[in-house]
Amino acid sequence: MMDYLTRNPISVESLLREVQSPERGGTCIFLGTVRGNDDVTGIDYSAYDAMALAEITRILDEAHQRWTGARVMLQHRLGLVSLGEASIGIAAAAPHRDEAFAACRYVIEEVKTRLPVWKKELHADGTTTWVDPTGKQVAGGLRDR
Amino acid sequence: MPNVTVRFFARYAELAGRESLALVVPPAATVADVLARVRQEIPDAAVLPDRPLTALNLRQVKLDARVQDGDELALLPPLSGG
Repeated sequence: MMDYLTRNPISVESLLREVQSPERGGTCIFLGTVRGNDDVTGIDYSAYDAMALAEITRILDEAHQRWTGARVMLQHRLGLVSLGEASIGIAAAAPHRDEAFAACRYVIEEVKTRLPVWKKELHADGTTTWVDPTGKQVAGGLRDR
Repeated sequence: MPNVTVRFFARYAELAGRESLALVVPPAATVADVLARVRQEIPDAAVLPDRPLTALNLRQVKLDARVQDGDELALLPPLSGG
């Protein structure tokens, strides 16, 4: 089976090979790619590896229990990811499209709230910023975005 | 007395100036109790949020969760994966 965390580019074909079969007639692919905001040149991803692997296993198990005919696989990048490259890829295949879309959506939404992964934006001037989706003021006079 | 390993990640590791801390805590200590000890042991940890996201043995927990001997408590900055 493929690794859930990788420092190499995500291969959609490899994800598809993990989930597709003749009895699964609907397949969804979700890719999250690094956006080109402001002067951002790339994002450095880091993780609490052991917990990230445990959470991914739990999330995929939940999806497979909820949509029993579905098969879902995901890969998340770690390390430097350049603009436009995928930081996460999810493939979901199921007998019909409704389950494929639902399972794929479930997995990305759970990843967003549960996966211990962090982004550090790299800027053109050489500075870096930790990304904080909550947008709260943090200690030290620095503000995450 | 339970031995607990506290781990810091990403921004919190930078703020605390370290990635881990070994502590001996009183029996029946909670995650909140361990956090209070962390602030005593590491002055730089005073700038961490009052109620950070925490994980005990690879699962997110609330601050009133009890820690046991050999536990790994992780302090997690706001998650931004995906």
